[in-house]
Amino acid sequence: MAAPLRKPKRKNPVLRTRAPMLPPAPRSRISLGLTSGAARGVFELQVCRDCGAVQYPPREGCRECLSDRLDWTPHSGRGELVAHTTLRHAMENYFRERLPWRLGIVKLDGDGAPGKSDSVAPSLIVHVHGDCAEPPARVRIRAMLDRSGQAVLLALPEKDTPHMSDDPQMRELTCDPKFRKVFVTDGKSPVGQAVVKAMIAAGSDLVWVGEAAPWKKIPGFEEIEALPEVTVVDLDVTNPDSVKRCAGQIGPKIDILVNTAEQHRAYSVGGRYGTENARAEMEINYFGLLRLAQEFGPVMMSRGADTETNAVAWVNILSIFALANMPDQSTFSASKAAAHSLAQAMRAGMHRSGVRVINLYPGPLDVEWNQELRPPKVTPAALARAIVGALQGGAEDVYPGDVAKDWYERWRRDPKVLERELAHGE
Amino acid sequence: MNRSASRRAPYDGIVVTTPVSIPYVRFSTRGAHWWIGRALAALVRDSGLSKDRFDGVCATSMSLAPDTAVGIVQHHGLTPRWLDFIPMGGVTGVVAMRRAARAVQAGDADIVACVAGDTNHIDSFRQGLENFSQFGKDAVYPIGTGGPNASFAFLTDYYMRTYGARREDFGRMCVAQRENALAYPHALFKAPLTLDQYMSARPIAEPVHLFDCVMPCAGAEAYLVMREDEARGLGLSFGRILGTIERHNAFPDDPVQYRGGWAMDSGELYGMAGVSPDDIDFFETYDDYPVINMLQFEDLGFCAKGEAPDFVRSHTMTTGGSFPINTSGGQLSVGQAGGAGGFLGTVEAIRQVTGQALGNPVPDARIGLVGGFGMISYDRGVCSAAAILAAGD
Repeated sequence: MAAPLRKPKRKNPVLRTRAPMLPPAPRSRISLGLTSGAARGVFELQVCRDCGAVQYPPREGCRECLSDRLDWTPHSGRGELVAHTTLRHAMENYFRERLPWRLGIVKLDGDGAPGKSDSVAPSLIVHVHGDCAEPPARVRIRAMLDRSGQAVLLALPEKDTPHMSDDPQMRELTCDPKFRKVFVTDGKSPVGQAVVKAMIAAGSDLVWVGEAAPWKKIPGFEEIEALPEVTVVDLDVTNPDSVKRCAGQIGPKIDILVNTAEQHRAYSVGGRYGTENARAEMEINYFGLLRLAQEFGPVMMSRGADTETNAVAWVNILSIFALANMPDQSTFSASKAAAHSLAQAMRAGMHRSGVRVINLYPGPLDVEWNQELRPPKVTPAALARAIVGALQGGAEDVYPGDVAKDWYERWRRDPKVLERELAHGE
Repeated sequence: MNRSASRRAPYDGIVVTTPVSIPYVRFSTRGAHWWIGRALAALVRDSGLSKDRFDGVCATSMSLAPDTAVGIVQHHGLTPRWLDFIPMGGVTGVVAMRRAARAVQAGDADIVACVAGDTNHIDSFRQGLENFSQFGKDAVYPIGTGGPNASFAFLTDYYMRTYGARREDFGRMCVAQRENALAYPHALFKAPLTLDQYMSARPIAEPVHLFDCVMPCAGAEAYLVMREDEARGLGLSFGRILGTIERHNAFPDDPVQYRGGWAMDSGELYGMAGVSPDDIDFFETYDDYPVINMLQFEDLGFCAKGEAPDFVRSHTMTTGGSFPINTSGGQLSVGQAGGAGGFLGTVEAIRQVTGQALGNPVPDARIGLVGGFGMISYDRGVCSAAAILAAGD
């Protein structure tokens, strides 16, 4: 069984902060299909549309029938660990700093592929969780993003074990809040408060909570303030000086940043004359994110490998409306689309440090400005659970709620069709 | 099995000669062309031929990029009418021989220089691993395998679990090979190795420990293929090629590699050669890790699958032993000079059957077997080959 993670001692400030090394990132284009699935938390392999053969490593043609019609298809991940090793030597610094390291070969189950016996299911070379038994042992495979942001495969024991997420190799692939220090940029919204509670429940022992307007009395905030793990800090993301001051105060200590600051109104293009409302949304949802990224990003990146409670994640709460504009919330959608685009660029920068940018694209939240929308709506608590799930899992793109999942599937299939349906109120 | 052997024309009248080795070094500041050039010069020196007489060249190197065999002939001023580049790692010694032999037999070339050479700079081994293959780059290198150590650890782990091999069994082979290497002037490892030292070595990728791993180095190996009358005219000692096999991507559905392509083709090999395993006087295995020796003993007919551990326990494997293997020390004791590692066994076998051993000769060595195993890509060695050589007279 994995030894439970102990609360790390305070870091000796005299010691040099270890520079973040990364596992090798280069992949062929075809193999990035695996990363695409892992980014959504799904284990997908290429399956031949013509003969059903499951393929791995990713390839350009079927190893059985030479067809080039290989579709990325979810797989159960069930299989058998048939051989393993524990590395005591590594060529790459990332692994050299983390030895010993367990690897194995897993013979994947056939998964009932039509007309195919298990003998043609591929063997996978995988990271092996410390709680997997000696071969031969039944295991579950998950595709997870590593610190380079590329998919790798991890074999987990068939059934969950105590303290499973504390396994050092697994913790390298997750951003688990346990014993990590979290910054929630706005604690006064229902979402912000739900996130604070969820992070503490997930094992974070220090949560800074941003407060933009101390004079505003918001229900529930006193309860948050009173939690022993919580420290309230001043932060107004529309004010460059405020962002800078806050970053100077707590930036070098943050392991996980969750940006809950959000401006949300529900107006169509013609529903509100002028640009004032749209500007306010952009000021927080887009420029606010940009200010945070500029002030907090570099210092978090410098701590990408700082002990076992290193800086690991930056969480953006976007909206499924970022992918396709919801006409009744036109300017809000546009501001989230801008934030989505910026978040892509943040990923390109931050992956060099191993800090993962996690984007959530929830469907409509059950909050005041969505009052007129019909259910299903995502409760703040459900959104907070989705954030914790993403941090504890290996995903970086999350679509919480039934509406988000529905929209996402339609958007993947054909963004034009989705646009037209939304234009007609469907 | 003999049906396909019967379709194979013998290599009548074709011989292998002029085995040369350029002494290995752990790290070299020279380029790969230097190592290949030294081997070509040694072929000229030992054969008495001018380089203009080499009208065929078959070459391999893993550190020559962006050049190939084309770069070699331009670099060294050769003008061959037959040219081949075989980037196949551990099978190249045998593969070069069988291709060159057919070229000479058909008259496409008269004298083929088969040459393998590689340099080894600081970090070139890691760079080679990083870009070894698409499957390696996508599915092995990024998870920390550090090259073949982990791949062979899986094979060794599986083999030990399935067939009851023990570390001592691998150790017996490593210790015997080291004893052979002590007499071979070019071996990089010159200190005796005891079984205790082998057993107490540090783990690299369990169950693989330090002395199970070949050491990457720089070096070159070469030999000539020509007609028998040509060799006689030149006064060169020569060996004959009794049979060869080559196979790629055998048994791709085996979940872990526990047999090589030899298992598909060994009947053809012995059928073509007209000999049986009992006739083999020595065996130059491909030995980048000792478990591969066991696979070759089994797949090339010396014992049944799973019996290699017993086979090893019941034999002595030094040059004077009951089953001599890797008579120069093999890669485990000489070093693995990139693509030249694929030539080491072939060159040593030519020396043994022509009475030119640089180290200890195998007494009355008439027939030798060479195994090749190459290109660890993703989870297994993809290429396998073997050849049986005989004394020329």
